[in-house]
Amino acid sequence: MTVELQIDGKEVRAEEGITILEAAREAGIAIPTLCYHTELMPHGTCRICSVEVETRGRMRTVVSCGCSVEQGMVVKTRSPRIDRIRKTLIELLAPTTAVDGELGGQMKKLAREYGADTHRFESRFRDRPTRCILCGQCVRYCDEVVGEHAIGFMGRGVDRRAVFFPEKAKACVTCQACFNLCPTGKIPSETDFVVFDGFSVDDYLAGEL
Amino acid sequence: MMVSTTKSKGLPKASGAVKKAVGSYGKDKEALIQVLLDLQAVFGWLPPGVLREVSEQLDVPVVQVYRIASYYKAFSLQPRGRHIIKVCMGTACQVRRSPQLLNTISAVLKMKPCETSTDGRFTLETVNCLGCCAMGPVVAIDDVYHSNPSTADLQKVFESAE
Repeated sequence: MTVELQIDGKEVRAEEGITILEAAREAGIAIPTLCYHTELMPHGTCRICSVEVETRGRMRTVVSCGCSVEQGMVVKTRSPRIDRIRKTLIELLAPTTAVDGELGGQMKKLAREYGADTHRFESRFRDRPTRCILCGQCVRYCDEVVGEHAIGFMGRGVDRRAVFFPEKAKACVTCQACFNLCPTGKIPSETDFVVFDGFSVDDYLAGEL
Repeated sequence: MMVSTTKSKGLPKASGAVKKAVGSYGKDKEALIQVLLDLQAVFGWLPPGVLREVSEQLDVPVVQVYRIASYYKAFSLQPRGRHIIKVCMGTACQVRRSPQLLNTISAVLKMKPCETSTDGRFTLETVNCLGCCAMGPVVAIDDVYHSNPSTADLQKVFESAE
């Protein structure tokens, strides 16, 4: 079964059940993402892929990675509202990811594209940036694809951290799949390749993260 | 509900206690939170050895056990005293001078909030609301609620606690 929808004015035919994000990418329309990964279940934590959707005359904002296509949908991937949402999201993420006040990689590109003021919320964040945006790509890849469960989330709210479990990290020496996934580069730069003690569960319990 | 006091003597072995808790839910993975609550009641906190034992016996990754145990306020990953003192810091208690009450308790027990006394008798905690604002300022000692207790009242309760 296929459904017909409109994305940015373009008529798109998509397989029923796929997400707006997948349909847009098939049609060659780019939507930025930070927590999305093709091999993983949608997570919907970064919200960067938010789009405007109009169904039966009602407009709402949804995350395109977690919302399936419907017949007759009208999707806008860019609009003043969407641009403002993405700009604010980047501004909120910036203080935790910046190294010496500078953004890197994809975050830098996004900040430039959406004109984000990366210093806007700086004064309200802790001194030492965690460099983790809690996208969960490492955690989910380790669980869903590798099956080792060597890295996981601990805590809640502002104390939430991704932590390594050293006793499970034997496979990490050869795997290191999450090193390339990390959108902020925290894992490769802060993890000792042999002992994985950069941010272990024991560090978390000792209140050092 | 759970009894938050545990005697220091005769604590059961981790594997045995976990086996009992896991068994009472038919080794159901979905019962992870219930199992952890039961074990918290037995030990007063969740020691690392217990969490690893739960992971093994329930066949749930240790990562997931830790995630649950660190997420809920009902669980403690740090050792706690035999008697838990919860001082309410909710809005109603706040305006009825719960900070002063906390200071008094701190002074009487010579310990700071969020601390466990060195002899393992008391843990002093603050909570956001105990749900009985009319009694404020309120303190719950081992789940017994005391409304605006005087220093003498508190001393009496603390002295009777082993």
